Amino acid sequence: MRGPRAISGAHHELSSRGGASRFRCPTASKAPGRGLRETLAAWILAGPSVFFLLMLYCLPVIGVFVIAFTDWRFGAATLSFVGLDNFREVIADEGFRSSLRNTAIYLLIVVPSTVSLGLLIALLIEGGKSCRSFYRAIHFLPFMATMSAMAIAWEALLHPTIGLVNQTLSAIGMPAANWLRDEHTVLPALAAIGIWQNLGFAMVLFLAGLKSIPKDIYDAADVDGADLWLDRLRTVTLPMLGPVSMFVVIVVALRAFASFDTVKVLTQGGPGHASEMLLYTLYRESFEYLRTGYGAAIAVVFLAIVVTLTLVQAHLMDRKVHYQ
Amino acid sequence: MASVSIDGIVKNYGPTPVLRNVSLSIADGEFLTLLGPSGCGKSTLLRVLAGLEMQDAGSILIGGQVVDGLRPKRRDVAMVFQSYALYPHMTVAANIALPLRMRRLTAIQRLPLLGRLLPGRARIAAETDMEVTRTAKSLDIGHLLTRKPGQLSGGQRQRVAVGRAMVRHPAVFLMDEPLSNLDSKLRVQMRAEIKELHQRLGGTFVYVTHDQAEAMTLSDRVAVMLDGELLQVAPPQDIYDDPSDRRVAEFIGSPKINILEGVMRERGLIDVAGSTLKIDAAALPGMHLSLGIRPEALHLADQAGQSTLTGSVRMIEHMGSDLFVHLDLAGPDQPLVARLPAEYGPRIIPGQTLHVGIRPERVLLFTPDGRRLRGQVELSRPSVTPLREAAR
Repeated sequence: MRGPRAISGAHHELSSRGGASRFRCPTASKAPGRGLRETLAAWILAGPSVFFLLMLYCLPVIGVFVIAFTDWRFGAATLSFVGLDNFREVIADEGFRSSLRNTAIYLLIVVPSTVSLGLLIALLIEGGKSCRSFYRAIHFLPFMATMSAMAIAWEALLHPTIGLVNQTLSAIGMPAANWLRDEHTVLPALAAIGIWQNLGFAMVLFLAGLKSIPKDIYDAADVDGADLWLDRLRTVTLPMLGPVSMFVVIVVALRAFASFDTVKVLTQGGPGHASEMLLYTLYRESFEYLRTGYGAAIAVVFLAIVVTLTLVQAHLMDRKVHYQ
Repeated sequence: MASVSIDGIVKNYGPTPVLRNVSLSIADGEFLTLLGPSGCGKSTLLRVLAGLEMQDAGSILIGGQVVDGLRPKRRDVAMVFQSYALYPHMTVAANIALPLRMRRLTAIQRLPLLGRLLPGRARIAAETDMEVTRTAKSLDIGHLLTRKPGQLSGGQRQRVAVGRAMVRHPAVFLMDEPLSNLDSKLRVQMRAEIKELHQRLGGTFVYVTHDQAEAMTLSDRVAVMLDGELLQVAPPQDIYDDPSDRRVAEFIGSPKINILEGVMRERGLIDVAGSTLKIDAAALPGMHLSLGIRPEALHLADQAGQSTLTGSVRMIEHMGSDLFVHLDLAGPDQPLVARLPAEYGPRIIPGQTLHVGIRPERVLLFTPDGRRLRGQVELSRPSVTPLREAAR
């Protein structure tokens, strides 16, 4: 806490001294034309970013919104506005609803497991003495890997006959399963891969959070009598990790919500629609069935959910982060 | 309330010695300050006392009981940290209540929901609340109980930290530079409040600081530490007037004590900076000595004579009540600083030649290895070592 304050203090001193002797204070001299020149300079400096922001983010989003109200098919020369028809169809479509349901189930498995396992591993690594960076690296690797390539490796592992998982299970006398072809196991299997991938990410964030807890507070807890592992966890560690946990939950939720690679590579939404998830449905409607208008309506729904999640996060972070 | 006895504490961080055989006893109800520059080991000693760190050798006794190897909570000590170390997610009331909760409630009673249903918990909670309120009121923070530390000013946080320490009436209060994060005005005010708190509670206080003003104003005794060793343990006035080591003399006092190198000419006369001073010292002719002269031990003299030094004025600092005059002497590089009454101000100008007189009884003599040479001590007799002094 002292560091930043000291730095800002020094900065203040420096700038006030400089301001008095060498520079003219910008607010003190409002020469005519100066405001215009500054505005112009600001736009020129911000120009490239504004341009790319508009081209790459704002316009496509607006485009999607417009397309969602049309019956445009990808590649077609004509289109007509159909009002809310696409949205009505989305809501009525059993396929979309099961896709949304699957996504929700996937989210409910992935988020709590990733967050709690990530925290557990972070606590274990932080509590241990040796090989810390090795454990950190090995848990973080899946997050760095290309998911579609990793999905192929998982496919091999989960292969019904020659896969390592089933071979191991049968070796110890447990029932094997056709993980990716059974409608009861396909979502949990995909969720397991999702957990495996995001675990390292959650862990790294938790490790950073743990590092930022001042040691003094643990010392104070020791002196105050909260010196057992569970007491320390409840009195200091978990509350102090609050803001980080909130961030991890939201980011993992967003990543899980947008999972696509595993579905595309491993199941293509099958068997039946058992593993069809929102982003995959969007992709299939837009680019396989070329029903771009309908796909855009799904994209709007998708975007609405993402924005809601982000707003919830921003709101909670604002309330929770005022710790220090 | 309890006495504290520190016996031969040794602590190393890897190959670096931090505490070298520190021994010290603190009386019941005493206010003792550990004073030293940063890195001298004073905070480490306090942490060893608290049980937050283990010593490599030696023993700690609190109230006559050996507490080595006991966890902090079993030592009946409370600590105030430099950063206050308040729990940022808890209200002020919860912060102050925590030491009581941890001691009075069982682990099951402390469970979030289930605990509320258990018998006895409501009564204990009510008692705790009452004590917290009483403590907070006595510290003038009664109106802040529902706030969180983030909403408080530095001084208020400081009081909460003190409240958390005093709420369970510990035998020993440990304070680790508790005022150093406050601005200077608030620091003076809180200093007075801590002194008052000590008088009111009557507990044993061990207070760590690098600020000599805090040490001098608060303490019954000051223990000066340097490089992991205790140099001197004595009441503040003795530390100032009668330092047993050159390093203590140099650390205490602002502006710093003047140290001049001199040579014993004959019994009663010392050559220093081009003058000869008439000082009776128990040293043999030809022996080198360091003379420690406090700035206020110098006074303006009309002319050069015996026991005066002559130099040209390099710089004058007006302090309002006093004048610090820096004099370049013939010989030493360091200027001699004299503290003179402010009314001399208009008469002294830079470049002027000035004679300053010295009262011989105010000159502190040190041997070349930094030990104090007292008038009566014969050179053949070994002088008292700081360590033995400390253990006394």
